[in-house]
Amino acid sequence: MATQNTKTLARLMMAPSVLLLLIWMIVPLAMTLWFSFQNYNLLDPSNVSFTGLFNYEFFYTDPAFFQSIWNTLVIVGGVLLITVIGGIAIALLLDQPIFGQGIVRILIISPFFVMPPVAALVWKNMIMNPSYGVFADISRFFGLRPVDWFAQYPLFSIVVIVAWQWLPFATLILLTALQSLDGEQKEAAEMDGANFLNRFVYLVLPHLARSITVVILIQTIFLLGVYAEILVTTNGGPGYASTNLAFLIYRTALLGYDVGGASAGGIIAVVLANIVAFFLMRAVGKNLDR
Amino acid sequence: MARNVTTKHKITATVAAWIVALIIFFPILYTIITSIKTEPEAIAGFSLWPSGTFENYITVQTQRDYLKPFMNSVILSVGSTILALIIAIPSAWAMAFSPTKRTKDILMWMLSTKMMPAVAVLVPIYLLFRDFGLLDSRIGLTVMLTLINLPIVVWMLYTYFREIPGEILEAARMDGAGLWQEIVYVLTPMAVPGIASTLLLNIILAWNESFWTIRLSTTNAAPLTAFIASFSSPQGLFWAKLSAASTMAIAPILILGWFSQKQLVRGLTFGAVK
Repeated sequence: MATQNTKTLARLMMAPSVLLLLIWMIVPLAMTLWFSFQNYNLLDPSNVSFTGLFNYEFFYTDPAFFQSIWNTLVIVGGVLLITVIGGIAIALLLDQPIFGQGIVRILIISPFFVMPPVAALVWKNMIMNPSYGVFADISRFFGLRPVDWFAQYPLFSIVVIVAWQWLPFATLILLTALQSLDGEQKEAAEMDGANFLNRFVYLVLPHLARSITVVILIQTIFLLGVYAEILVTTNGGPGYASTNLAFLIYRTALLGYDVGGASAGGIIAVVLANIVAFFLMRAVGKNLDR
Repeated sequence: MARNVTTKHKITATVAAWIVALIIFFPILYTIITSIKTEPEAIAGFSLWPSGTFENYITVQTQRDYLKPFMNSVILSVGSTILALIIAIPSAWAMAFSPTKRTKDILMWMLSTKMMPAVAVLVPIYLLFRDFGLLDSRIGLTVMLTLINLPIVVWMLYTYFREIPGEILEAARMDGAGLWQEIVYVLTPMAVPGIASTLLLNIILAWNESFWTIRLSTTNAAPLTAFIASFSSPQGLFWAKLSAASTMAIAPILILGWFSQKQLVRGLTFGAVK
């Protein structure tokens, strides 16, 4: 009897969040799916008609589409490469006994708390500006010509900014995992004469494998949607050189007023994200069972 | 001899770690330094010695009304976090203390809503906001931020609540505590640290959210993310002011963040890494 009551109570307690998330998930997504089959332009809202797969075809045949998919992959891949390798290296360094560990940790974690527009504008103006930026000052110091980063290497510049924001996250998680490594195991390996490289490959790396997976998956979710960094630095340009899928959809929707086309792009983005999400859910789900 | 080697090792590691830390922190440090330079100084080439003027901070307030977006950021991040907590606490509580076979599935499903890319629903959300007159309103943005952070809030609370031992409830009941006493004297004190950590992390996430806040606001409800993004167009003599605005925009959250390093790992990995 009591259990029946508790069950009802538990359901009631869960109802608000479940219902809200259900609405939040279904309504907009259903609308996006619906719009993706419509010829719907915000400049001509009275003339809406069913077009079947035309929007998908339009998006698919647009050269900007493949460029944006490629750029999305470059941003995700580039940032992951920098943050995972850099994160492991810095985590290993911080795991050593050092003076002022607390302050060093605080300094390294800080970029993660900087809001994307600030991070992007600081890098754009103060660090990478071709005439007044710090990089330009360094180039001149060595007698080299300053590089106009955002004009010449727009995508690379964005990767650098985003990697700077996510490096602390990777470092912090990998450091947390590293610190849970059994000290006795390390000592035993040392006593057995395993050098640093051997210890790293056979002991540390397998121990970090799970956390590295988690870092990669969580970052991928966020990196697929990089937006503000592009908006305030290159605005997707020059041309479509630094437009990722998220930015292309924004351009199509709010600058091109093409609701149908943007929705078709949105559905493609959902499919991409779902592929990643599938693997993340498995990694997280496994942990729940333990 | 052995001791000597470890000291040497420690000094080497310390030097290396500090160099790395200072390089990573440099853009933030340089922003703070630039914010107390004059505009001509700011573009005069690399220098770590500012003249120490607070002119820029005053100018940002008098010319651009800095306080308004700042207050919007406070209202949106705190408001949406509290709203999310009110909705999430009961459900996390129920899932932690009377789990069923489906609890895990519900949790996983909640997490999956977080995977939906924001741009995918930009069009419908924009149109709905337009039709309901919610564009550029604090209410609309608060609801938005509540919804996108709700799964993380439920998850974080769940992982904290799950650690409260059930036996302690039985012990309290044996001692004759009623349900109300149980909640007030036994459970609440044990739940407060978890709720506080969740609160902290979600204020940070909401403060820095830069997609919906930029797209769904223009002036009235614009928080600092949108305010700073509006600095992207003008060129030239404005870096010191931009730095002052940026410093003020990140300082509160930077300090909050330093206090919540541990919770950050736990919250953002959904308990997968502790």
